[in-house]
Amino acid sequence: MIEFIDVTKSYAIGNKALRGVSLTIDDGEFVFLVGPSGSGKSTIIKLITGELKPTSGTVHVNGYSLERIRKREIPYLRRTVGVVFQDFRLIDTKTVYDNVAFAMRVVGAREREIKERVPYVLNLVGLDGKRSRHPGELSGGEQQRLAIARALVNNPSTIIADEPTGNLDPARSFEIMSLLQEINRLGTTMLVVTHAQDLVEQFTNRVIVIEDGLIASDGMDGFYKYENQ
Amino acid sequence: MGFTNMKINNLGYLIKEGLKGIFQRGFMSFAAVCVTVACLLIVGTFSVAMYNVDKLVTDLNQTNEIRVFISYDMKEADAKSIGTKINTLENIKIATYVPRSQALEDLKKAHPDTNFGGIYEEDLHYRFKVLLEDNTKMDQTIQEIKDLDSGIVNVKAAEKEAAFITKLQQVLSVVSVVAIAVLLVISLLIISNTVKLVMYDRRDEISIMKMVGATNGFIRLPFLVEGLTLGMLGAGIAFCIEWMVYDAILVKMDSISEFKIIQLVPFENMLLPMIFTFCAAGLFVGIVGSWTSIRKFLDV
Ligand SMILES: Nc1ncnc2c1ncn2[C@@H]1O[C@H](COP(=O)(O)OP(=O)(O)OP(=O)(O)O)[C@@H](O)[C@H]1O
Ligand SMILES: [Mg+2]
Repeated sequence: MIEFIDVTKSYAIGNKALRGVSLTIDDGEFVFLVGPSGSGKSTIIKLITGELKPTSGTVHVNGYSLERIRKREIPYLRRTVGVVFQDFRLIDTKTVYDNVAFAMRVVGAREREIKERVPYVLNLVGLDGKRSRHPGELSGGEQQRLAIARALVNNPSTIIADEPTGNLDPARSFEIMSLLQEINRLGTTMLVVTHAQDLVEQFTNRVIVIEDGLIASDGMDGFYKYENQ
Repeated sequence: MGFTNMKINNLGYLIKEGLKGIFQRGFMSFAAVCVTVACLLIVGTFSVAMYNVDKLVTDLNQTNEIRVFISYDMKEADAKSIGTKINTLENIKIATYVPRSQALEDLKKAHPDTNFGGIYEEDLHYRFKVLLEDNTKMDQTIQEIKDLDSGIVNVKAAEKEAAFITKLQQVLSVVSVVAIAVLLVISLLIISNTVKLVMYDRRDEISIMKMVGATNGFIRLPFLVEGLTLGMLGAGIAFCIEWMVYDAILVKMDSISEFKIIQLVPFENMLLPMIFTFCAAGLFVGIVGSWTSIRKFLDV
């Protein structure tokens, strides 16, 4: 579960990226986070992953209190939150298989678990046939699938995607969104930041609209209400 | 930090990653090892020199004798009894009586070109060879011997030689300690810099590791292995070179008669202290070098 209570965040004195955000995302939900550039979407994600600390207010993520989390606890928080970025962030020198296996190895998984789990997630994202390719040999859509497989492999309860379709054409974008929906149906809480309004309209999920550091609307039909007011 | 949840089967992976890094960045690693070898060679040379001078001083302390002369006006029995008095003094190892016939023989041997024709043993003073427990107290002991008996006409020691070697030992220790410290810091900086470059090279990988929840301990370990391997490799190479060069010098000095008086300790005889010195230097440089650069990197 993710819970923000009256959260503010200032990067520098005077400037306020978030000006009092409260929201709750329950386990198993699929939520779109939309809003104009500079409205504070990435700031919210960085608060969830412990990259930033809130200036005031409280942030709870999967049982951790982020406003007073200890440095050494942050790795364990991050194992409960898979992250996907617009620019994929893959390791070009490693194969598809090793990019995913790497994420398990560095959290201390056993080789036996790795051999079982990696093929499963590669199959789930549709990259089973390309496990010995390198990221450079994949299309943008495939690279994002690989990044999603990596976010998924340690079985986090939550996945956060910051503009996962920002570098993809509409057809690939739709495929990726559908994949995220499918993963959500398997039980993973999903928070997806996006600019792609037409894409959001094709799904019936909860939409949180943020503008200028404040939540402008939040609901199952939130995006339309916001657009039409 | 995080080491507790690390299982043994990950250790192989971490070590493999560390070693792989060395080959992936071949030139940088090569340069780091070379500088380390150069620095440790000089460190080693100072250690070897210090070891030899220490040995020399010890040897000198064992052989450095004082000669006590007792007036030829006395009867031999009375002169000999002074030896008993000398032996009761604090700092005396042993005082040995030298018969005058022996003394004359020694004199003739020491000055082969001099004509001792008109000199008989009765013309010489009685004498004792005296060995001290502690040569640093030589001046004081000489004074004590002089005060023992009015029959003692002179007390002589190879004071100057001893003082010179002791001085050399002191100067060499100071110079060595300073040089060793400076050189260790240089190797340390070089290794630290190499690891820093390596980490910069792999910053994407590191950020992914942090993203998926790797602990700092886990992220750090391959880099530590890398730094440690570089340090130990440098130490090993330096050790072998030091050994070979030292042996070559030893052989050369043995063949030149002028150097016969300076007896160098064979390298084999100081193997243990040398292995210890090089290992310690390699470990220190490797661990501290990588640790400092990693810490800066992970705090971001
Ligand atoms: N590191 C930073 N230092 C100072 N100000 C920052 C920093 N990061 C973000 N900001 C500011 O905080 C505000 C919110 O930024 P944020 O990145 O959350 O926006 P965003 O909604 O993700 O925008 P975009 O859609 O362009 O990615 C912006 O005004 C931005 O300039
Ligand atoms: Mg952003």
